Amino acid sequence: MIAVVDYGMGNLRSVEQALRHVAPDASIVVTDDAKVIANASRVVFPGQGAMPDCMRELDSRNLREAVLQAARSKPFLGICIGLQMLFEHSEEGDVAGLGLLAGRVSRFAHGLQDAQGNRLKVPHMGWNQVHQKNHRLGDGSFALSPASGGKLDRGMSNSHALWNGIAQDARFYYVHSYFVQPDDASLIQATSDYPQPFVCAVAQENLFAVQFHPEKSHAAGLQLLQNFTQWNP
Amino acid sequence: MLAKRIIPCLDVTAGRVVKGVSFVSLRDAGDPVEIAKRYDAQGADELTFLDITASSDDRGIIFRIIEQVASQVFIPLTVGGGVREVNDVRNLLNAGADKVSMNTQAVVNPQLVADAAARYGSQCIVVAIDAKQVAPNRWEVFTHGGRKATGLDVVAWAKNMQGLGAGEILLTSMDCDGQKKGFDLALTRAVTDALEIPVIASGGVGNLQHLADGVKLGGADAVLAASIFHFGEYTVPQAKRFMAEQGIEVRL
Repeated sequence: MIAVVDYGMGNLRSVEQALRHVAPDASIVVTDDAKVIANASRVVFPGQGAMPDCMRELDSRNLREAVLQAARSKPFLGICIGLQMLFEHSEEGDVAGLGLLAGRVSRFAHGLQDAQGNRLKVPHMGWNQVHQKNHRLGDGSFALSPASGGKLDRGMSNSHALWNGIAQDARFYYVHSYFVQPDDASLIQATSDYPQPFVCAVAQENLFAVQFHPEKSHAAGLQLLQNFTQWNP
Repeated sequence: MLAKRIIPCLDVTAGRVVKGVSFVSLRDAGDPVEIAKRYDAQGADELTFLDITASSDDRGIIFRIIEQVASQVFIPLTVGGGVREVNDVRNLLNAGADKVSMNTQAVVNPQLVADAAARYGSQCIVVAIDAKQVAPNRWEVFTHGGRKATGLDVVAWAKNMQGLGAGEILLTSMDCDGQKKGFDLALTRAVTDALEIPVIASGGVGNLQHLADGVKLGGADAVLAASIFHFGEYTVPQAKRFMAEQGIEVRL
C-alpha cells in the first residue's frame, strides 16, 4: 500500500491520480492517519502552500513522527514543500522544518535576470530542464555532473534508480519561490538553472525528494512516479 | 532554462467548448475532454478551462469535466469562471484543478484573493484581468464577461492583486480578443514590466508570429490561444517549433 500523506494542504488529488495511472494494481491511500502511514510499504509526502502553514497543519494532525519514521525506513518520495520540509530551516516565515536533512530553504533573489537581460519572474513557474547527477548517456559516455562542479564523471555510473528511463535535461513542471540548500552536497541528485543552478532533487538511502511536480510533468513525471512505485532501495 | 509556456484555452459552456469573437457570437469547437486529451498528446504546457456558463444551474458540469480530464491528463490545469468564495476554490482543486482563476469576484471582493492565497498558496491563485484600452497607454479593468467597466487601472490593479497573493496574472485584451490580429503588446509589456509574478498574454492570436511576439515584444511568460488550435489551423508542436526557431526557449 502506498500512502499519500494528507495534512490538509495542496492538491493531493493530482498526486493520487498520477500514482493510480502508473500503478493501477497498487492500493493508494490518501491519509492523515499516522497508523496508516506506519503500515504503508511506500510513502509520498507532497505539499503546496506556505511552509509555516504546512508545518502547523502537519503538527495539528500529529503526523510529524509518522513522517519522520517513514522517511528513515521505507521508500519515501517528497514533492515540492514535501522536499523543503525535510530540511532544518526555511526562510519562508522563518520556521524550523523537520530537520531530517541538514541545510536550509532560501528564496530566489529579487530582480533576477537571464543571460539576455530579461527579467526572471518569481514564482519560478513552468517547465525547466533537470540536470541529473551521474547520468549515463546512451553512447556509454557520461554526462557532466553539476554537483561535481562540472567535472566529467567517468567510471561506474551511479545514476539514481528514480531517473531510469528519463532523458538527461528532461523538462519537469515547477511552481515555487523557495529552494533547498543541503549542507551535504553528496545528497544532490539533480539541479536546474534559474538562472544559477539550484538543487531540485536529493536522495539519501530510502528517501528521494524533488522540488518539481512529477504528477504534473507529463511523460517524464509519470516515469519518475512509476520508478518510485517499483523502487527497492 | 525555464521554457515559455503555450496554453490552449477551452471556453466551456453547457458541456461544450466554444469560442467567441470579442466576447460574443459563440462557435462550437467540440467535447472538452477529447480536446484536452488532444492538446496533452500534442505537448501543450498547461490547459486553461474557463466556465462561461451564465446559469448557475449548469455549474456542476464543469466539475465533472475537470474530474474526467484530471484523471487522464498530467499537466497543470487552470479553471476559472464563477468562483465566488473560498469554498469554490477548494471544490475546484478537489475536482482536479491545479490553479483557480478569478476575475469578476476579485474586483467585487479582493479579500477573496488574499484568503484563497493564504489558504491554498499563491501558486494556485490566478487573477484574470479583462482589459480595454481607454487612452494611449491606459487600460481599464472590465468585469462580468467584459460587460461592466470598473474604473480600475489595469497596471495598478495587477500590482494590487500581486500584493494580495496572486501567483500569476491572466491578461486578456478585450480590444484584440477574437480579432486574430495579435496580442495588445503595449498592454502586455506594461503589465509584465510592473510585476514580479508571471503574466499570461491572451486575446488576439491569429498566427504563430503573434505567439512569438507576445513573448519577445510583449515580455509574456506564457501565451494563451484558443481558436488557432481548436479549429486546426495550427498544432501545438508547430507553434513550439516556430517559437524555437525565433530563439524562444520552449519545451519540445
